[in-house]
Amino acid sequence: MKIGIIIEREYLTRVKKRSFLILTFLAPIFFAALMFLPAILMLNSEKFDEKKTIAVRDESALFVGKFKDTDVNTFIYIEDDIADAKNLVREGVYDGLLHIPGTSLNLPVNAEIYSMKQIPMTLSEYINSTMKTVIEHQKLLASGIDPAIVKAANTTIHVQSIRMSEDENVEKKSFSEFEFFLGLVLAMVIYFVIFIFGGQVMRGVIEEKTNRIIEVIISSVKPFELMMGKIIGIALVGLTQFLLWGILTLGIYFAVSSFLPTQDVFPTGTLMTEQITETAANTDTQEILTTVFDVINSINFKTILWCFLFYFIGGYFLYSAMFAAIGSAVDNETDTQQFATPISLMLVIPMVCSTIIANAPDSSISIWLSMIPFTSPVAMMLRIPFGVPIWQVATSVALLFVTFIVFTWLASKVYRTGILMYGKKVSWKEIFKWIKY
Amino acid sequence: MNYLEINHVSKSYGTKQVLNDISIKVPEKSIYGLLGPNGAGKTTLIRILNQITMPDSGEVLLNGKPLNPNDIANIGYLPEERGLYKKMKVGEQAIYLAQLKGMSRRDADKKLRHWFIKFGIANWWDKKVEELSKGMQQKVQFIVTVIHEPKLLIFDEPFSGFDPINVNLLKNEILELRDKGATILFSTHNMASVEELCDNIMLINKGEKILEGSVRDIKQQYKNHSYDIVYRPNDGGEETHITVSSENPNELIRDIIDKGELVSFNEILPSMNEIFINLVSSSNNK
Repeated sequence: MKIGIIIEREYLTRVKKRSFLILTFLAPIFFAALMFLPAILMLNSEKFDEKKTIAVRDESALFVGKFKDTDVNTFIYIEDDIADAKNLVREGVYDGLLHIPGTSLNLPVNAEIYSMKQIPMTLSEYINSTMKTVIEHQKLLASGIDPAIVKAANTTIHVQSIRMSEDENVEKKSFSEFEFFLGLVLAMVIYFVIFIFGGQVMRGVIEEKTNRIIEVIISSVKPFELMMGKIIGIALVGLTQFLLWGILTLGIYFAVSSFLPTQDVFPTGTLMTEQITETAANTDTQEILTTVFDVINSINFKTILWCFLFYFIGGYFLYSAMFAAIGSAVDNETDTQQFATPISLMLVIPMVCSTIIANAPDSSISIWLSMIPFTSPVAMMLRIPFGVPIWQVATSVALLFVTFIVFTWLASKVYRTGILMYGKKVSWKEIFKWIKY
Repeated sequence: MNYLEINHVSKSYGTKQVLNDISIKVPEKSIYGLLGPNGAGKTTLIRILNQITMPDSGEVLLNGKPLNPNDIANIGYLPEERGLYKKMKVGEQAIYLAQLKGMSRRDADKKLRHWFIKFGIANWWDKKVEELSKGMQQKVQFIVTVIHEPKLLIFDEPFSGFDPINVNLLKNEILELRDKGATILFSTHNMASVEELCDNIMLINKGEKILEGSVRDIKQQYKNHSYDIVYRPNDGGEETHITVSSENPNELIRDIIDKGELVSFNEILPSMNEIFINLVSSSNNK
């Protein structure tokens, strides 16, 4: 089969390019760095923080012994005159001077920190929150309220939304933030894949046309075979890149993990459990976390994966056929604007509407956008984590594939004529005429 | 026997008639010149032979049978506007193009290396096309046109971009290919090479055939009975060179012999160039 030879060339020439190799191998390092950097930074945070000695001149006498020493910060209560204390800061005896003027409980408390170098944000936040707690506590006591009662009255409310279905036994907990996030990531991937690899198809067609190799090739193969060979070849390049990214990212992740002390490595896993145990006392928070895990478990990842694959392929083929037709109609890349813009807009619409769709995944606009083949690949990805009735998915996929077959056929007619047209500014009217040839 | 026959082929794009009832017969193992000014319809006719475009009516017979998709392997086409993938290596690209013509990778590799040596470009096998000079790229293009040993070769302006030495190399290759059994369709504006290479020609203008036949017959047909005569006068003067038109050459020779000693007497045949210009301009004036 000649289309096989074409696919092979399109694939190999791109995969062997230096830019492909660089992107393929550097991106996972970048991804892995993104995953590890927070953990590494957190583990070594002490190393980044210099030890600081803070002098506290507390004229209000409300905060005696309230500032606790930590690994990095030492608090020394002094009785000196402020001017003298400032001189000591200037001389480097203290790193900072916290000055709390005398005040009564009814007045707002304004403290000042003097230092030669900028005080770390964490330190000023610590001072701030400590002072706030102390003052609040004092105020409650002054009003004759037991602070313990206030603490007990503090409540977290979480409204659990549960999706029912025809089947009495199937009830699905949902947690829309998570589903929205998952949908957005999937939609973004499809959106970028279509633009990046669809654009490659277009540039490939233009290259063959400006190179003038096109006539040699179509005297050997049908234009349709050349177009499809290119589209399929580039799709395989995209899939290879994603596969390699996945494998390499995981590989680097595990390789680096084995070098770091095990209990501290997993930034998500361990840190999350730590946070969970820390907050476990607060039963409400725990409740929310269990819900999140329930939701994660209730999401049908298999369905999502299949849908992703279908819309990825369908969307890519539909758009790249159109991009190929555009490429064939112009003489160089700068002329593509007038044709590419309206087509790109169709893809941008569901992206712009992403919050509307995610906010109301079953509203009529969401359903329409996920049915229309030009917007469905992105729109459906936004809806799918919330659960979409099977008939809607089936209709949408069927529409997408029918449209993609019709458009590939139309595109091949434009392509067939376009690739042999030189030195002519082509209009939309002209392109529609070619379809009829 | 005719290897290629085109019968009553017509083609129009929209309202523009590009080819109007064109018929030609190309004998096997001959070189056939397809001549005509720019926009005459030559490229369209060639594209029909390559099945890139389909005729509106008429038929094309190859070896007596209607043209079908399998004939791609029987045709080699060197288009006028030709190029290669710039970023691809020369050898790799030549193999790719040969594979598209139905050759196996191995077979293509073996034959290509042979041709590369013959054309003196073997060292360039692993170079990228963009590193090659235009002339070298043209050589590669010529090689990939003939590599699958097609029975019908179509050359559209094959000599453009070549220096005189390489033009000569190419001419010899083309003649050798014909002698080995290929039938060659040759489209060019270079009338000198037409006289040198073509056995038969067809001249088309605005999609219409205006002249067809063997080069020799055509020249005879369009001769204007003028003669180039050189003689040495009886009075002992210098050799004299004259051009005379006459319907009766015998009488002319008698007249000359009376005047002096005849050195040479040649009939002036019109060049293909003159015939081309005269016919095309008169057909344009119609």
